[in-house]
Amino acid sequence: MSTPTEARNDFDLSTASRARIQGLRERYPTRESALMPALWVVQDELGHIPPAAVDWLAAELQVPPARVWELITFYTMFRSEPQAQYVLQVCHNISCHVMGARGIIAHLEKRLGIRPGERTPDGKFALEGVECLGACGHGPALQLGKHLYEHLDPAKLDALLESLKKGVVPRADTDRELEE
Amino acid sequence: MSRTACRILSARFGRKDGHLLRVYESEGGYRALRRALAEMSPDQVREAVKDSGLRGRGGAGFPTGVKWGFVPQGGGPVYFFVNADESEPGTFKDRYLLDYDPHLMIEGAVISSYAVRSGLCFVYIRGEFGWLVDRVQRAVDEAYAAGYLGPNILGSGYALEMIVHKGAGAYICGEETGLINSVEGTKGQPSIKPPFPAVSGFLGKPTIVNNVETVASVPYIINEGAAAYRAFGTEKSAGTKLWSVSGPVQRPGVYEIPLGLPFREFFHEDLGGMRDGEELKAVIVGGSSVPVLTAAEAMAVNLDYESLAQAGTMLGSGGMIIIPGSADMVELIQVLMHFYWDESCGQCTPCREGTGWLHRIVKRLRKGQGVPEDLALLEKVTQGMAGLTICPLADAAVMPMQSFLQKFRPEFEALIHETAAPRPRSRWSRGERES
Repeated sequence: MSTPTEARNDFDLSTASRARIQGLRERYPTRESALMPALWVVQDELGHIPPAAVDWLAAELQVPPARVWELITFYTMFRSEPQAQYVLQVCHNISCHVMGARGIIAHLEKRLGIRPGERTPDGKFALEGVECLGACGHGPALQLGKHLYEHLDPAKLDALLESLKKGVVPRADTDRELEE
Repeated sequence: MSRTACRILSARFGRKDGHLLRVYESEGGYRALRRALAEMSPDQVREAVKDSGLRGRGGAGFPTGVKWGFVPQGGGPVYFFVNADESEPGTFKDRYLLDYDPHLMIEGAVISSYAVRSGLCFVYIRGEFGWLVDRVQRAVDEAYAAGYLGPNILGSGYALEMIVHKGAGAYICGEETGLINSVEGTKGQPSIKPPFPAVSGFLGKPTIVNNVETVASVPYIINEGAAAYRAFGTEKSAGTKLWSVSGPVQRPGVYEIPLGLPFREFFHEDLGGMRDGEELKAVIVGGSSVPVLTAAEAMAVNLDYESLAQAGTMLGSGGMIIIPGSADMVELIQVLMHFYWDESCGQCTPCREGTGWLHRIVKRLRKGQGVPEDLALLEKVTQGMAGLTICPLADAAVMPMQSFLQKFRPEFEALIHETAAPRPRSRWSRGERES
């Protein structure tokens, strides 16, 4: 068993991210309350939360590691394992279902050769059925990281996959510029 | 009051630049905050909101000013939370507010925080809205820079910090005690009430949790007065409401209408009726957790709290799901029961186990393995859940289950008649878990 101090260098977190976590500690009223945003900082940079980061965060925020694991296992968006490069999360809840979400999932299954919960052997794509994404009036919809693709049909899916195979995340319906 | 005048919340929806401080200010933004801080005491703000009849728009419909009044006047720390954990299936109105008009939410939140004498405000945005978190954070940064947030807001001496907090995928955090626990850094499992958060919430201190749409309604009330707000809506359902409309209607989307509008009128005139080739079968008016209405029932209701309660359903979040004639109601309830089973936080046995039972029984029906006693069993399970848990998630599963079963029973029965062999009982006792 490694002590938290020894674990510090077992993973690579940038100085900027470490500084952000320090800032959260100062901004939040308690150390525990800074835990959830700190987990986001780690995951945003590393793509997942490795065990060494759990020990490091626990030491940094002076909470037992079990408290950190508790959050990672309770909240579905935190991931403790490395993820596929593109995780396609298709809403399968009622509104998207009524608008044809099953057909969207079936089309992706056929194109990618995987079922929901699986990833392609090259580690590039994963397919997940997820609950409501708040795209109900724009369904069927899928989320890829911070991009929400809406009003999906097979042609739109094919274009999305083609682009992702080339390593380009196409502009999503919600990618309005922050500036004018 | 004409329908077109009804732009209290939606004035900047669909506009490319509506989220910018410059645009918001040029259209009268932050005028209400100036007025509240310069001319009104916190109690006067609270009284104005109480007089307006504004009710919580997240789902429960509790009078906002009354809720604020539960905060003890002791002088200790008070926390204000904006609930932007919009996750109720069928609901996407707060998304529009955060996307197109984040400053309206911020202004409402600052005024509301002032009314309850809070010095720290959290905006809890669901993790799946990562793209909105960035937008709202940018607006918060703008508001700080302009002096609408910070240690001495507009020179009034009132100090408020605002933290945008990102959730991480848990429907249950939309329940106010779950949300508070989540920000405290634990699993977002709800706490038993009482004590209510207004008395003992975040870190054991008085805490008010209000929905995005609720706080976004506050600037209008301060600017125009309670009476002007009450001019919209009915006596018990004052003001305007955002409705998120999904399903195969001609024009799905988010609509702001005065409370009390007949569904029939809204359906035909605003939504344009069904898409070609579809007919209306059923409507879930207030998000997936409320009892479903048949098409005939829907055509007879008005869209306000009292009329919907009288019809045996609830206004809820205003997440209106339009169900077409082609839909298989048993399939839809399977989708919903999977959702509640998946999202149950697991701390109360009736909910943790009950949602799983409901999902499994419905799934078996659809697999052709239903037996005649299954429908009675579904009812029995719901009776063992309703009202018996810490938070309303169990009831949220029970209400659609019971109403689907009651109003569309022939569709359930049809699956039982097709059954060939009786179900092997042993599989039940092993508590088989399936996705």
